[in-house]
Amino acid sequence: MRFRVMFAAAALLLSASSAPAQPAPQSSGPAPATQPALRVPYTHFTLPNGLDVILHEDRSVPVVSINMWYHVGSGSEKPGRTGFAHLFEHLMFEGSKHVPEGAFDTWLEAAGANNNGSTTRDRTNYYIDMPSNALDLGLFLESDRMGYLLDIVTPALVDGQRDVVKNERRSGVENRPYGMADVKLDELLYPKSHPYSWPVIGHMEDLTAATDEDVREFFRKYYAPGNASLSIAGDIDIAETRKKIEHWFSDVKPGAAVEPNEYPAAVLTAVTTERMTDKVQLPRLTLAWLTPPLFAPGDAEMDLVASVLAGGKNSRLFKRLVYDMQVAQSVSAYQASGSLGSEFYIVVMARPQEGKTADEVIADITRIVDEELETLRQTAPEARELARAINKSEASFFARMERVGGFGGKADQLNGYFVATGNPDYFNEDLARYRAIGPDDIRAAVRKYLPADTRVELIVVPEGGAQ
Amino acid sequence: MNRGIARLRDCMIVGGLAIAGSTIAVPAHAQQPDRSAPPKLAAPRDVSLPPIVKRTLSNGLPVWIVEQHEVPVASVSLVVKSGATADPAGKYGLASLTAAMLDEGAGALDALGLADAIDYLGASIGTGAGFDASSVSLYTPVSRLADALALMADVAIRPSFDGNELERLRKERLTSLQQIRDNPPAIGATAFPRLIYGDAHRYGTGLAGTTASVTSLAAADLRAFHAEHYHPANAHLVVVGDVQPDAAVAMLEQSFGSWKPAAAAAADSKPLTTPEPRARTVYLIDKPGAAQSVIRIGWSGVPRSTPDYYAIQVLNTILGGSFTSRLNTNLRETHGYAYGAGSGFDMRLYAGPFVATANVQTDKTSESLTEFFKELNAIGSPVGAEELEKAKNYLALGFPGDFETTRDIASKLTEQVIYGLPEGVFNEYVTKIQAVTAADVERVAKKYVTPDRFAVVVVGDLKTIEAGVRRLNLGTVRVVAMEEILK
Repeated sequence: MRFRVMFAAAALLLSASSAPAQPAPQSSGPAPATQPALRVPYTHFTLPNGLDVILHEDRSVPVVSINMWYHVGSGSEKPGRTGFAHLFEHLMFEGSKHVPEGAFDTWLEAAGANNNGSTTRDRTNYYIDMPSNALDLGLFLESDRMGYLLDIVTPALVDGQRDVVKNERRSGVENRPYGMADVKLDELLYPKSHPYSWPVIGHMEDLTAATDEDVREFFRKYYAPGNASLSIAGDIDIAETRKKIEHWFSDVKPGAAVEPNEYPAAVLTAVTTERMTDKVQLPRLTLAWLTPPLFAPGDAEMDLVASVLAGGKNSRLFKRLVYDMQVAQSVSAYQASGSLGSEFYIVVMARPQEGKTADEVIADITRIVDEELETLRQTAPEARELARAINKSEASFFARMERVGGFGGKADQLNGYFVATGNPDYFNEDLARYRAIGPDDIRAAVRKYLPADTRVELIVVPEGGAQ
Repeated sequence: MNRGIARLRDCMIVGGLAIAGSTIAVPAHAQQPDRSAPPKLAAPRDVSLPPIVKRTLSNGLPVWIVEQHEVPVASVSLVVKSGATADPAGKYGLASLTAAMLDEGAGALDALGLADAIDYLGASIGTGAGFDASSVSLYTPVSRLADALALMADVAIRPSFDGNELERLRKERLTSLQQIRDNPPAIGATAFPRLIYGDAHRYGTGLAGTTASVTSLAAADLRAFHAEHYHPANAHLVVVGDVQPDAAVAMLEQSFGSWKPAAAAAADSKPLTTPEPRARTVYLIDKPGAAQSVIRIGWSGVPRSTPDYYAIQVLNTILGGSFTSRLNTNLRETHGYAYGAGSGFDMRLYAGPFVATANVQTDKTSESLTEFFKELNAIGSPVGAEELEKAKNYLALGFPGDFETTRDIASKLTEQVIYGLPEGVFNEYVTKIQAVTAADVERVAKKYVTPDRFAVVVVGDLKTIEAGVRRLNLGTVRVVAMEEILK
C-alpha cells in the first residue's frame, strides 16, 4: 500500500474566486482546526534499551533514509571544551569496533548511499540515504557506532579530525567575510557561562585542548540509546523494518539517564552596542534580541514578523532600504529558534555613500529600521501583508514533504518534531500555529519581543574605511 | 597508523541493478547480530524513471510533462536555449541581467505589484541565466497553478524592463562584483576561468559580467536580447507535479499559447574555441592575512556532448567527486589540511573548466599543492578493481535518488532539453556507467587530467606562502593583481 501525505485544499488562505491583485477579505481566516491539512502516518515504538524509533513508509522512489538524533549539542558543552559536540560528530564516521577506519564511507558509497551529520546547539543528527535494498547495511553501521565507537578511538584519530574541524572553522569563520562578527554576536547576547554564548564550531584553543579521554566521557554520557531517537522513512515495510531494528540494536547497551544541564538565565537589560572592523567592502548592521524558545508562544509570531519585515520586495525593510532608498545591498530578518531560547535578527548590508563615513551610514540605517519597528509596534500590519506571509509559510510545508532523506527531509522532520513535542506527526499542529496568527498578534509580538531599549547592536565597518 | 582505504569486501560489490541469486539478509531477531562482516545486500529494486508526456502548444512551444502525485505542488520551468554564451563582446552579463529583470515588472504589474501577486499565491518564481540557457521557473501549490502560470507567462513574455528598476539592479550587481574582493573562494572562482580562457572568451568572465560591462548595459540591450532569444522556437516548457497532462496543456495553452514567434530568426552564434594548452603556470593572488589558501588547479575540460561522458563520471568520482575520493581522502582524512577537497568537470555546450580544488590552511599551502599533484599524476595509472566498482556503484545505485522531488525531475529534464540528450538517456545511465572499464578510466584520465599543462591558482597570504610555493618549482610563477581578474 502506498501512503500519501494528505492535504486539504482549504489550507491556503485564498478563496477560489479572489484574484491575486485583490486585497484578502478579512474573513479569509484559517481553515477549521478539525480538518487535518497535513498528515504523515508513522509508527512509534521504544526498544528495551531506550531507543525511540519512528517509521514512515513512502514508496515513491526506492530510497530509504536512516535518521538518528542524539539529544546533545553545543548547548551541553562546558567552557574550555567548546566545539566538542561537533568534533565528536566527526569521529562518528571514522569507524567502530566492527567497521575498520574508512570503511563506513567506503561501504556506503559502494552501495550507492550518501551520508552526513550536523551539530546544532540542541542536537546532533546523522543521516544515511540509501537504495532501499541496502537497509541492513545502514542499520549495521548505525548500530555499531552507537554500541562500539570507543573501541577504535585513539589520540591519533582525534588529532586527525581536530585538524579537519579547525579547517572547517577557518572556512566558516576566520576566512569568511563577517565571520568573526557572527561569533561575537553570541557573546554579546548571552552570559559567559551560557552554552549559547559560544559558537557550535567552538573556539580554536578549545579544539586544541580536546583529548581522547573527553571523547570517552562524552560518548558514555550522551551517546546511549536512551538519549537518541531513530527515524526511518522511505521504501520500507513497517513490520519487517521493525524486526531489523530490533535485531541490529539488540546488543546496544542502555546508558544512564542524562541529567538536565544547568545554565544561567539569559536576559538583556539594556542596549549593548559593539563596533568591529573587518576586511570587507560594505558596513553591516545587526540588531539582535532574545525571543521565545522553539514552539513556545511567540515563536511562530516571530517567524511572521521576520516575513513582514524582510520577506520579499514588499516587506517593510526591504522596500524602504533596498528598494526605495537604495542605501542597502540586502536586508534579512529571521527567528533562530532553540530549545533554551531563540534570537531574532535583523541584518542590513549597507552601501557606502559618498560624503558619509561608514558609521554615519549605519546610524542612518539604524534610525530607519527603528522607525519601521515603531510603526509595527503602533499599528497592526494590513491583512494582505499578513496573508502573504502566512501563504508563503504554508507553501513551504508542501515543499518540505517532497523529500524523505537528507537534512530537512521527512525522516529528519519526524525526528525533530518528536524530540521537540513528543509527536512525530506534528506537521498540522505546526502549521496551525501560523494560521492562528492575526494582524494584532504581530503588533503585540513586536512590542513585546523587539523593544528598542533592550537589544544587541553589532556594527561592522570596513577596515581603513569603506572605499 | 593505517589511514588507507579499507579493503572492500567482495560481498559488498553489486555488479548491476538486478543480481540473480542475491538473498535478503533478514537475521532472526532473537539472535545476537552477526557483526563479523557487513551484511549482504539484497537485490536493488527495479527502477523505472517516470514517463515523459510530450506535447506541443499551438504556437509550436514544446511541453514535457511528468506526473508526480505525491504532494499537491507543481514545478514548471521555461527553458530558453540561450544563455551567457550569447552575450555580445563588451556586453558580458547581458543574459544574466535580462533574466534578472524579467520579474521587475511585467504585463500590467510593476515590480512590487508582481511580487505581491506571486507571494500572495504562496508561489515562487525564479529567473536566471547560465552559460547555455536562461530560465523562468515556477514552484507553486497546484491549486494555484492557473493563476501562477498567468504571472509566469507575464514574466517570461511581457517583462517591462523599466529604467528605474534597471538602475537599481545595476547598482546591486556592481556592489556584488565589489564584494568578490572580500571572499577568498569567490576570488578563486573568478580568477581561475579568467586565467584559463582570458577576457576575450566568454567562459573567462563570470555570468554577471564585469564592472565595465555591467555599467554599459542599457535597457535597449536587454529588450534586444529578449526579442532575439525569448520566443517559442527557442524555448521549451517542463512541467512536473500533481497535474493531469490534458488539463495542464489546456492551462499552458491559455498562458503561453499566444506567445508569438520571433520577428526575425536569431543569428547563429559562433562556437566558442578551446584554449591552446600551455606549460604549467602558477598564479598567485594576494589576500593578506588569509587563514586559508584557496587552491584551484585545472584547465579547459570537455563539452557535455563528449563521447567520454560516462567514463569521465567514473573518473571524477574516483579522483574528487565523492567523500572517499582520492583527493578528499588525502587532503582531508590523511593530512587534515582542509575541510574538504574535490574535483569536477563543468560540462557545457562547449568545453567548460575541469578543476581540482580545496581551501587549505595557510601554513600547509605548499604541502597541499604537493599532495594535489601526487593525486593528479597518479590518476593516470590503472585504477584497482575495487575502487572502480565502488565508484560505479556509487553513481549507478544512487541515480534513482536524483529523481525524488518535482524540482529534481524538472532539473534532469531541463538538462536533457538544453543539451539535446537522446530519448531515454536517463534510463540507460545505469547500464552505461556499469559498462565503464578500468581501461576507459585510464584513457580519459590520461586525456583530460594533464597536470603538466594545468593552471594553478592560489589565493592566499603571499607573505606567508609565496616562498614555499616557488620552491616547489611547479612552473612559471606569476603574481596576479586583483584588478586583472576583475576587469
